[in-house]
Amino acid sequence: MPKLYSGAEIVFKSLEDQKVEHIFGYPGGAVLPIYDELKNHPTIKHILVRHEQGAGHAAEGYARSTGKPGVVLVTSGPGATNVVTALTDAYMDSVPLVCISGQVPTHLIGTDAFQECDTTGITRPCTKHNWLVKDINDLPRIMHEAFEVATTGRPGPVLVDIPKDIQFAKAKYFKPKKEKKLNGKVLNRFNQKEIDQLVDLMKKASKPVFYTGGGVINSGPKASELLRELVALTGFPITSTLQGLGAYPGDDNQFLGMLGMHGTYEANNAMHDCDLLINIGARFDDRITGKIDEFSPKSKKVHIDIDPSSINKIVKVDLAIVGDVSDVIKSTTKTLKKKNLNLGKSNKQKISKWWQQIQKWRTKQSLNFINSDNIIKPQHAVQRLYELTKNQDTYITTEVGQHQMWAAQHYKFNKPNRWMTSGGLGTMGYGLPAAIGVQVAHPKKLVVDIAGEASILMTMQEISTAVQYNLPVKIFILNNQYMGMVRQWQELLHEKNYSESYSEALPDFVKLAEAYGCVGIRAEHPDELDEKIEEMINIDRPVIFDCHVDQAENCYPMIPSGKPHNQMLLGPKDQEVNKISGKGKSLV
Amino acid sequence: MAKSKSAYSTPSKLGKIDTHIIVVWVDNEASVLSRVVGLFSGRGYNIESLAVAEVDQKNNLSRITIVTTGTPQVIEQIVLQLKKLVPVHKVGNFKREDKKVIFKEMALLKVVANNNKIKKALNACKKYNPVILDQTNTSAVIQITALRREIDKVIKNLKPFGLVSASRTGAVAMTRGAEIFN
Repeated sequence: MPKLYSGAEIVFKSLEDQKVEHIFGYPGGAVLPIYDELKNHPTIKHILVRHEQGAGHAAEGYARSTGKPGVVLVTSGPGATNVVTALTDAYMDSVPLVCISGQVPTHLIGTDAFQECDTTGITRPCTKHNWLVKDINDLPRIMHEAFEVATTGRPGPVLVDIPKDIQFAKAKYFKPKKEKKLNGKVLNRFNQKEIDQLVDLMKKASKPVFYTGGGVINSGPKASELLRELVALTGFPITSTLQGLGAYPGDDNQFLGMLGMHGTYEANNAMHDCDLLINIGARFDDRITGKIDEFSPKSKKVHIDIDPSSINKIVKVDLAIVGDVSDVIKSTTKTLKKKNLNLGKSNKQKISKWWQQIQKWRTKQSLNFINSDNIIKPQHAVQRLYELTKNQDTYITTEVGQHQMWAAQHYKFNKPNRWMTSGGLGTMGYGLPAAIGVQVAHPKKLVVDIAGEASILMTMQEISTAVQYNLPVKIFILNNQYMGMVRQWQELLHEKNYSESYSEALPDFVKLAEAYGCVGIRAEHPDELDEKIEEMINIDRPVIFDCHVDQAENCYPMIPSGKPHNQMLLGPKDQEVNKISGKGKSLV
Repeated sequence: MAKSKSAYSTPSKLGKIDTHIIVVWVDNEASVLSRVVGLFSGRGYNIESLAVAEVDQKNNLSRITIVTTGTPQVIEQIVLQLKKLVPVHKVGNFKREDKKVIFKEMALLKVVANNNKIKKALNACKKYNPVILDQTNTSAVIQITALRREIDKVIKNLKPFGLVSASRTGAVAMTRGAEIFN
């Protein structure tokens, strides 16, 4: 007679078998049996957050910085509804999460019981899949399947809803089956013919560009190495989406910087004028493409993606290669080498004109800003932060808004998994809990959340979590007292009617830090910035850094949406020449 | 059109819209229908009709037949998105004009009238395999199987003969000949 385990035990046994070391959660009535079991499993450490949304984002930060799935444990009703934002965020940005939620006992489901909600119904559109466990005998299978679905193919969040009586009920446990295949969903294999076609297109191209995205990061660190090899081998220019930053070194000469709405002049113009566009693990997001009808009009388009539904969803492509990015790059490089097509050399002549054109665009120096001696410019603050932290392996998270774009533009990443930001959903309040998750996974590394003062207040309470677990995260707030991106659009597009975008009665962040039991630092003048940043880095405790920056600064360059890539708004130096026309205004 | 101040791009030209019949084989488990239907509503796809029932008790499989409209790009997305759902085994996609595929809908029509009118009603649906399922001196329930637009027409024609209630299924589909859909 095999041993019978309770549902709660089965949850932990499967977490152990999935090699889970950390879970982020918050207890409540409907998950108490699971919390009761926690003490018997010393290899699994629970991080108590202050709000379930924080648990979700922390697990996202953990997952994105390690490549392993993040695990979340919440109670029924409000516990589950609070985690919905984080699940949606993970779904949009393809982050593997396994969320376990408690549910009222099965006999009470549907009776509007205390803290009951239709968790699987609510989370159905924001998870890859979810399960309501109605029979204890299904639990081991569902737990293992949950990890499999979350981590295979295009990663994403899943949720397992476990009623309280199931947590008490007993059943046999079995270990995960190795290499189980999910009815063909994972194995979308490309073939050599497609690779040959790609190599052929590369051979013919005279204005090629790589456009890489988060899929490269999700494919693992190996994919980034392979990408670097391929880019070096071909000599082609490369640009990256917000989520793809770090897959290719940000300070390399072949890198054109980020593309899209706040991308560089050279990257966006290269996208517009190229004759071969090779999309690797990106999804033609609307912040990237601008006006679809005029998107990269002269190019042959190749799309490499693990998710077949990404192909032709927004932009019709000439060649689709469905597969894991690292496998596809590996085959491409192999084929290139086999045919001895050292494009970097043989095609040097052919693409040298293209590079000349790119150099011309580069002279625009579109990320430039007018610095000041009296007031800290936010771009300057990010640049100083980068210069003072680039000598160590630094992890950066962000909130959402202007500061996020400045961080993406001015902080150069050299390794994958070092940059955690909410791109798809654009969740203000993401950065602090994400930083906590990153720090849990990398306790000895420097983790900085580049934040805005409005975003940080959305999940401020999590600083208490950081203090409780001695997680020395650095919250670097670019404080301009405005919801900066909202203010920028109101300035440019709504006749400077700054409707509700100014935060009156902001807290004193230094005192707030002290109240939470961490360290507060304030910088108000450019002269003191470096010294204060050094001070922040050297403190081995959580720090809230209140950096007072220019309130009126706008984030440039900018493509007003509804505009193609070659019609960008550049910074103040350029604006005297190109005043935004009435039409440009209406189209953002 | 008023100029949009939206942060999103303005919609581009719409392509030609076709009617397609999408056939989905799914595990017959709790909430599988809501996953499929939720995908349609969540992504703004259209459902004209829906028919679903278990077709394989041993393997616990259900077959969902959905009539939908969309541009070729949208139809392609529908198929690919459906294939991503975990309980979905396979997805078939047929154009309504496809001659190799049979589409049928069933309707139950209740006529309350005298014998004379019932006879006329029956006559009016002669072409569509009418079967009388129930008959009294003052009423009849007639079953017909036909295409959607044919049933629309019959319902219209039966109004003067005392049609009081019509109940209809969604379309179901089957390929012609010995071929099996894979």
